[in-house]
Amino acid sequence: MDEPKPASVIASATAEPPPEPLPPPETQPGDIARERPPARALQWRSKVEALVIPCGAIAVALVLFGIFVWTQGANPFAVFASIYKAAFASTRSFENTLVRAAPIMLCALGTAIPLRLGMVVIGNEGALVMGGLMATAAGLLVVEAPALVVQLTMAGAGMVAGGTWLLIVGALKHYRGVNETISSLLMNFIGIALLNQAVNSWMKDPSSLNKPSSFPIPEEKMLTPLGTTDVHWGIVFGVVFCIVAYILIHKTTFGFQIRTIGANIRAAQLAGLAVGKVTLVTCFIAGAAPGLAGMVEVAAVHGVANESLNVWYGNAGILVAFLARQNALACIVVSVMLGGLLASGGILQRSHQLPDATILVFQGIVFLCILYSESLYGKFSIFQEKKS
Amino acid sequence: MKKLAKIIGSLALAFTLSCGAAVAEDVTMGFIYVGAKDDYGYNQAHAEGKEGVAKMPGVKTVEEAQVPETNDVQETMRNMIDQDGAVVVFPTSFGYFDPHILKVAKKYPKVQFLHCGGLYDAAKHPANVGSYFGYIDEAQYIAGIVAAHTSKTGKLGFIAAKPIPQVLRNINSFTLGARSVKPTVTVQVIFTGDWAMPVKEAEAATSLIDQGVDVLTCHVDSPKVIVQTAEKRGIYVCGYHANQASIAPKGYLTGAEWNWSAVYGQYAKAIKEGKTLENGGIPHLVRGGLKEGFVKVSAYGPAVSDAAKKDADAALAKFMDGSMVIYKGEIKDNTGKVVIPAGTELKQQDPVLEKMDYLVEGVIGSTK
Repeated sequence: MDEPKPASVIASATAEPPPEPLPPPETQPGDIARERPPARALQWRSKVEALVIPCGAIAVALVLFGIFVWTQGANPFAVFASIYKAAFASTRSFENTLVRAAPIMLCALGTAIPLRLGMVVIGNEGALVMGGLMATAAGLLVVEAPALVVQLTMAGAGMVAGGTWLLIVGALKHYRGVNETISSLLMNFIGIALLNQAVNSWMKDPSSLNKPSSFPIPEEKMLTPLGTTDVHWGIVFGVVFCIVAYILIHKTTFGFQIRTIGANIRAAQLAGLAVGKVTLVTCFIAGAAPGLAGMVEVAAVHGVANESLNVWYGNAGILVAFLARQNALACIVVSVMLGGLLASGGILQRSHQLPDATILVFQGIVFLCILYSESLYGKFSIFQEKKS
Repeated sequence: MKKLAKIIGSLALAFTLSCGAAVAEDVTMGFIYVGAKDDYGYNQAHAEGKEGVAKMPGVKTVEEAQVPETNDVQETMRNMIDQDGAVVVFPTSFGYFDPHILKVAKKYPKVQFLHCGGLYDAAKHPANVGSYFGYIDEAQYIAGIVAAHTSKTGKLGFIAAKPIPQVLRNINSFTLGARSVKPTVTVQVIFTGDWAMPVKEAEAATSLIDQGVDVLTCHVDSPKVIVQTAEKRGIYVCGYHANQASIAPKGYLTGAEWNWSAVYGQYAKAIKEGKTLENGGIPHLVRGGLKEGFVKVSAYGPAVSDAAKKDADAALAKFMDGSMVIYKGEIKDNTGKVVIPAGTELKQQDPVLEKMDYLVEGVIGSTK
């Protein structure tokens, strides 16, 4: 688990690549409670803390949700059994979970990566629809080529389009000081408007009368499912992208620069880091992930670009990025968890006659509990390293 | 195309001809909606249809609301089939058809996939897929008559989602109905751009009312906001999809409603008798209007005059005996171009009408 602790990030960052323990800090009266443990041997306490707190938060969320469904006239235990059954119990249901997790995982990186720079970027949805749109356009240009060429072209175009979309956000921030949260939020709506305009005019297949769509990518050129399952390549792309992002941020010099800028941009400038360049490149990489998700939606699911690209996977990605505490590997786990929740939304309606918003209530409770639990780190003395 | 028209023409007949003993086993039917079940609109109309069929003996129903037109709907269909044992599914949103229904239908060749609004093509689509839809523009035509009678300013307003054929047909039929009793009436149309845009719909309603429009109607997924706004501003409103009289007790004139319980009931009956799409027992394309009971007109509100009722009932009678043709030449579009020449009659089943891309004379607005 990684630790977003403002006070000690610089110190820990400088010390990290060679995992040398820090010298014991001089503890002043009034120091914040959370400090880097003095020696490696004692770090297990914070590791346990990082496991117990989120698990405890989920347990509390389960209890709260149980009370909620009980007030709605359903048996909480039966409901939990159903959620498990629909999300993880069988191969079929786990496939369902993975299919739903794939776009969310890629979208999560669109927020998680810039967070390491200290930028709160929420433009995943825009990057996703632009990725999907440009991937379709590029795929249609080379539609006569072999399937692999079409797919690679689409993936490339999707990532470049999504990357460029967030690169604009990074550039506005770096060169003009425009708040990246606001600009990326608004860029979402520009992206969606461009998608709608494109499928209603320039790219419209005249035979798509009642649901305007682009010309289709022929079925034999689309991404096939994995083996005999219904899971598509999006999940593979998602996991690989998350791992690559993790390595990039935690194991490379470039990642070190990112984390340094995120910890203290002034210090990074003083140290002579190319803040602008790093910001732009990072934003581009971040945008490439949701852009690729858009490509997968077209190449594996829809076969065309149309308004169905815009179902706000991007927003789910923002939640995942925060819940995973900006850790790219944790994004994989949290996305699968969220995918499972979404997969079980249906069974609550069908088997327990609960309203369709029930699963959103559950999601909301889980997220609030986990976010609240963030404030509990360092509050339990049992997890504190003993002072000698 | 001729063949298609012929098939559709014979449907209603074939569909009502059903006899034989019911099979004892329960039939599980799955219903999928893109929005909320209580949206006062498109989804509520389907959910009410499901409620109707759920009361039939030997029928079990399952339903899921708020299912987006993505992988989600494919998963929902699979779950209904695998977990709930559904033998027939009704994914009711237009966007569910291609590629989602087509993909899942291939994997479950024994399950019936019946889709609202899609066009079945025997050459391209699996045999276990069928489509159904209603000529709701017939009810819009009657609403137009009532609206024209009630309006004092002669200005009617139509708030629509997108300029696609289904929507344009409703606007045109409403206008033709209105102008059949008062040829000077105009219909101002505003497109909001999407199916559920409550804020834009409220703004459109307000701006139309400010311009002197005194009867509103619409084609959006949930007419709730528009009906509420009209009632609040003291003007009249014609409903759509479902009955919204309860939210506008004073100003609700009438409305074009779906009657899906009748349609779903007929399907349930046929399936219980062992009929399927593959064995030809159920036609692949099912269409019907007022006469076939696929759509209905809301009960008249308190503001509807006797003269309006008389004209509307006369038109309704002509629809019921099959003598009414809405699209009868000569019809010009609102740029003055003749779109249906004199002497041409396009019957409701005519596929040409499903490609409509114009607004008729009397409509203020543009499809662009």
